[in-house]
Amino acid sequence: MSITVYVPCDSSALSLGAGKTAAAIAAEAARRGADIRLVRNGSRGLFWLEPMVEVETPAGRVAYGPVQPKDVASLFEAGFLTGGVHALSLGITAEIAYLKNQERLTAARVGLGDPLCIETYAAHGGWQGLKNAIGMSGADVVKEVTESGLRGRGGAAFPTGIKWNTVLNTPGAQKYVVCNADEGDSGTFSDRMLMEGDPYTLVEGMTIAGVAVGATQGYIYLRSEYPHAFKTLQEAIRRAREAGYLGTNVAGSGKTFELEVRLGAGAYICGEETSLLESLEGKRGIVRFKPPLPAIEGLFGKPTVINNVISLCSVPIILAKGGKYYQDFGMGRSRGTLPFQLTGNIKHGGLIEKAFGLTLNQLLYDYGGGSATGRPIRAVQVGGPLGAYVPESQFDIPLDYEAYSKVNAMIGHGGMVVFDDTVDMAAQARYAMEFCAIESCGKCTPCRIGSTRGTEVMDKIIEGIDLEANIALMRSLCDTMLNGSLCALGGMAPYPVLSALNHFPEDFAKVREAAAA
Amino acid sequence: MKAEVPPIVRQIEALIDPLVDLPGATLPMLHAIQDGIGYVPDEAVPMIAERLNLSRAEVHGVVTFYHHYRRHAPGKHVVQICRAEACQSMGARDLEAHARKALGCDYHETTADGVVTLEAVYCLGNCACAPAIRVDDEFVGRVSKARFDEVIAELRQGSDASRETRS
Ligand SMILES: Cc1cc2nc3c(=O)[nH]c(=O)nc-3n(C[C@H](O)[C@H](O)[C@H](O)COP(=O)(O)O)c2cc1C
Ligand code: SF4
Ligand code: FES
Repeated sequence: MSITVYVPCDSSALSLGAGKTAAAIAAEAARRGADIRLVRNGSRGLFWLEPMVEVETPAGRVAYGPVQPKDVASLFEAGFLTGGVHALSLGITAEIAYLKNQERLTAARVGLGDPLCIETYAAHGGWQGLKNAIGMSGADVVKEVTESGLRGRGGAAFPTGIKWNTVLNTPGAQKYVVCNADEGDSGTFSDRMLMEGDPYTLVEGMTIAGVAVGATQGYIYLRSEYPHAFKTLQEAIRRAREAGYLGTNVAGSGKTFELEVRLGAGAYICGEETSLLESLEGKRGIVRFKPPLPAIEGLFGKPTVINNVISLCSVPIILAKGGKYYQDFGMGRSRGTLPFQLTGNIKHGGLIEKAFGLTLNQLLYDYGGGSATGRPIRAVQVGGPLGAYVPESQFDIPLDYEAYSKVNAMIGHGGMVVFDDTVDMAAQARYAMEFCAIESCGKCTPCRIGSTRGTEVMDKIIEGIDLEANIALMRSLCDTMLNGSLCALGGMAPYPVLSALNHFPEDFAKVREAAAA
Repeated sequence: MKAEVPPIVRQIEALIDPLVDLPGATLPMLHAIQDGIGYVPDEAVPMIAERLNLSRAEVHGVVTFYHHYRRHAPGKHVVQICRAEACQSMGARDLEAHARKALGCDYHETTADGVVTLEAVYCLGNCACAPAIRVDDEFVGRVSKARFDEVIAELRQGSDASRETRS
């Protein structure tokens, strides 16, 4: 009988050579006449071990990594097809501490098998949520989602059930479900991993949303930076339709739900929901005034559910196991789990799905193993380019939406970007303003002009010109942007700047110190 | 006598005509053109406008709003360097400087030999393998300066061995 060997097809794994590794394994197996079945799976999210190869053995799946083509011959020599010991042995995959200690609800299936195999998806609990949902009233589905305590994972953490309820109760002959797959935040890739590694979960989550609120058309707005995810989603939609999970008779319910992927075009602001809707309508991604809420007047003016990928991918398990099951995880008003993404200057970067309430210290040291460079970790930017730089003194604050906002920080989409002690926080503050200037949609003055002025002021600060006056000017500019911007791009870009100024003031006095010395 | 229809117009027509009935077709049309031709030629703007019943100014506004769309033909390959924070934390600023010097061109420019167009990108979702770059439709992670030079050398040799496929 043939032996199953897994080599990931995830973009990050490919970026480290997984394609060549897979080819080398296939060639070596052919040369030796070994009967293998090579499966390209999603990534387990242990990126320092990618390309991570797994072999199905009677004792369970056994992992090796990182495997480069040059290691392949010796792996065969060591008998890796029967779990033989090799310098790259990682043991039983499920027993790897990094993975074993996680609470994988949303990302449970990523990495288990061929992402596009619909039977594999069903074998691991797929479609159960949808099956339950079609037997329930829309109101009951929404109630289940509300009860789960799920809050939007795209950044704003708005309760998903409440949003769905508004769409459910807004009359309309045509309603839409839109998935926000723009994932523009630096330090985040969980949407990408899910879409590439378990696309049917997103299809199922969106279909449940459609069936619940009475929407018949769904769009996934995907950033153009994700070409692999694009191909995977298109194929997944084609196969799901063929298998009767999409179309005019969803899972035999008699209900219609169609799905289409649309590509963005490299604009960060199009992650903001109203800008995204404008873009889907074929226009420039200029932010809309709210109200009206998208739930009432969204895509093409129709009631629209718009949710992040991870929000929608959390729905199938909520409908499969019940809102209560999901809401038992977490702390305070942050219920359930979040796939945290540990990135940047970190030894063991990857996806760590855990219930809310753990701390940065746990993530950085228990999971991450410290910085990649071996130097002390100085700052972590949490929640993307609009998130604060968190100093070491705050590494023990529980990762909980409310606890973070209390210190003017945000969890956002769960990205953690780690910096060691060589970071120049003045340069980081400057970049925050520069990024805002590049990506501003231009609708309001505090953001459009403020970010450009902010970049100039930071340049003066970095050059040591009129330090005190310019720092005061910077703070006042931040204040204007915080209070006067229409959306969170201009409204939150000051957070990284102010956190850098407040927690790392020494970096803003460098020139003066150098002059005094 | 009726003027001959220029080949570029025919080419654009073939790319966008199948999309006219799509709701919100502007971006899909622009993608089809850029994927098919490599950039969005000036001729495309009035053609899209006519089909979607928009003004030329509106279509022009869309093309220029989005960083992704290119108005001139790129080199043989497009190399994007991630400039965002996770990559910064692993030396992206140095990598950027190195790349510009090694290629002898700046962002949005093409090398003298026409092989590489250099672009900036703000996160590729490869932040745990920083610094990251994208070469056409494939990603390369943990890109040291030496690795960057290797990738470029392979592109110049016309080999695509540095790139991964899903085979
Ligand atoms: C500048 C800006 C960028 C945003 N980018 C994203 C994004 O890339 N992905 C996302 O899901 N939400 C993003 N959001 C949040 C969305 O506006 C919106 O809150 C989200 O799509 C709602 O879905 P959720 O409730 O499931 O999180 C962004 C917001 C702003 C202001
Ligand atoms: S804050 Fe910036 S991005 Fe947001 S609406 Fe105003 S100008 Fe546009
Ligand atoms: S920040 Fe460079 S890939 Fe995400």
